[in-house]
Amino acid sequence: MSSQTQSWGTRVGLILAMAGNAVGLGNFLRFPVQAVNNGGGTFIIPYLVCFFIMGIPLLWIEWATGRFGGKNGHHCTPFIMDEMGRKRFWKYIGVFGIFTNIAVAAYYCYIESWTLSYVIHSLGQTFTGMDRLEIAAFFSQYTSLSESTFGLPLEPVLLYILCLVINIYILSKGLEGGVEKVAKIGMPLLILFGIFLAIKGLTLGDSGSPEGCTDCNAFSGLNFLWEPNFTSLWDPKVWLAAAGQIFFTLSVGMGTIHCYAAYVRSKDDIALNAMAAGWMNGFVEVVLGASIVIPIAVGYLGLDWVKENASFSMAFQTMPYLFGKWGSALATAAGFMWFGLLFFAGITSSLAMGTPWMGFMQDEYGYSTKKAAWTFGLVTLIMGLPTVIFFQQGVFDQYDYWAGTVGLVIFALAETILFSWIFDIHNGWQEIKEGADIRLPKIYKPIIRYVTPSILAIIFVLSLVSPKDNDWKKAFNEKWEFDAGSILGQIGNVDIAYNRSPVASELQADNNGTVSFQEGKLLIQDENGTSLSTYELSGSQTAMVNEGDSVKAGQSIASGRFINPIFYRYLARFMLLGLFVYLGILVRKAHYNKKGDTA
Amino acid sequence: MSQSAIIMMISTQVFVTAVTAYFFWKVLKKPASGNE
Repeated sequence: MSSQTQSWGTRVGLILAMAGNAVGLGNFLRFPVQAVNNGGGTFIIPYLVCFFIMGIPLLWIEWATGRFGGKNGHHCTPFIMDEMGRKRFWKYIGVFGIFTNIAVAAYYCYIESWTLSYVIHSLGQTFTGMDRLEIAAFFSQYTSLSESTFGLPLEPVLLYILCLVINIYILSKGLEGGVEKVAKIGMPLLILFGIFLAIKGLTLGDSGSPEGCTDCNAFSGLNFLWEPNFTSLWDPKVWLAAAGQIFFTLSVGMGTIHCYAAYVRSKDDIALNAMAAGWMNGFVEVVLGASIVIPIAVGYLGLDWVKENASFSMAFQTMPYLFGKWGSALATAAGFMWFGLLFFAGITSSLAMGTPWMGFMQDEYGYSTKKAAWTFGLVTLIMGLPTVIFFQQGVFDQYDYWAGTVGLVIFALAETILFSWIFDIHNGWQEIKEGADIRLPKIYKPIIRYVTPSILAIIFVLSLVSPKDNDWKKAFNEKWEFDAGSILGQIGNVDIAYNRSPVASELQADNNGTVSFQEGKLLIQDENGTSLSTYELSGSQTAMVNEGDSVKAGQSIASGRFINPIFYRYLARFMLLGLFVYLGILVRKAHYNKKGDTA
Repeated sequence: MSQSAIIMMISTQVFVTAVTAYFFWKVLKKPASGNE
């Protein structure tokens, strides 16, 4: 089936697919943690303000850009932007719209495979009888590839490939027969599972409180999440966190919305569709996402524990233990629902990530749907295997940072400038209004032209140069040191002080301390015997220090051949750069093919 | 839970649910605006 014959079957199917694209693991795991860390109940105010002045404009821009491209036979950003910008470089900016999707799908499918694995383990009652530490250790063992929980060798790799094959199979069935069908089944199930777990979270109270725990009460969790702290509204960090959350939760700046919208008919509504999909994402996040993890975790583990440990991995390291408290049958059902919910949230997003590549290869290289789906799987597998095999060495995090964070901001900023300044806001506004089933507030015209690009530019500049520990006052008054999370800090690897060569003949100590040897590992400990850093020596690597020696950071402590952690950072960046260049070459070749055809 | 937390939670969740339902109701009123 060629891309020309593909289209959405129903309007509801399109909206569910768009909402499924936006609803991801972040709705259940990232939002509550962000709210907890940024003013509790008051976080919703900057969250909604950012949704109105950045989220809605970006949704309309991307839907309108996509439908505009579809009218001209383009279903992917490089040639849509080329058409709008009329300058040759825009098609290379448009490469981000394929690049980000493949790079994110590469590691996102790995998270998806965890959820699939945990669904199977929940049904098989693997977690029954395990304590909290054992369940947390299970996750670390799983991702280290060191142990197989099913008795299969390299189980995470196999499950990752299985997940990719499921995605490829669905994608190869086309838009209506594959993606839309899954969204129509997956999204209602996700909401159903979410409602069940949210009701448990909202009604748990102190019924799960273990003996001796004074702050184990789900209501304390809800109170912590929703208690307004209005002074936090004056903190720019809170506004930045809200803008970031809106940005990531809506899946804008990726190129997927453009691609889905490119299959909408030219006279059909996009304004109301965008609102319905965007608000559905908000509902899943604010109503369901906020009512599950935090209250249930506080109900059993207490507020102090959650304050210290609230993170993304709580979903895997903690939730099975908490479900275990509900009795065997309910624990199995809750585990199945929770990880099933995360799986559906994941797969509806990863399917969306496959469509820009498919649209591009079908439009420009005449690929069939099947061929396009399988080649997507192949490129994603090549990109994804390093994230699976070297997960604990940080390749996954590098992909997430460069493609899943920086790439989105750059692309969103570029597309907003293109839409409102080069394509021109008057044309853009007409494009959004075309066929609209709702009346558009005129205020959005200046918002799209001035406010949204300004916010995006601020976010970009702040993430480019943000100072250490986000202490701007100190940075302006004293020395400006880049934070490890800033773009320039990442490029300079400022968080790595020693062992900065990818491959070295000597290993340097990362901390001051005393040497100790335990189970063949070299440890640097502080005066209390706490381990500051651990090094595993193997093969020809030999220690240059003895038990009890005092060492200084930077001092050589072992000789041999060492591959340092920085090596894996460079590997990840090389892979990402290679992908971008490869896609750029494909776009360039397609451009000259087109020119040849018209000559 | 404190009264202010309860008010914040309920008002936010009711608002978000109501707006979502409103847009879905508008879509369902005109389901043929898609490609049917």
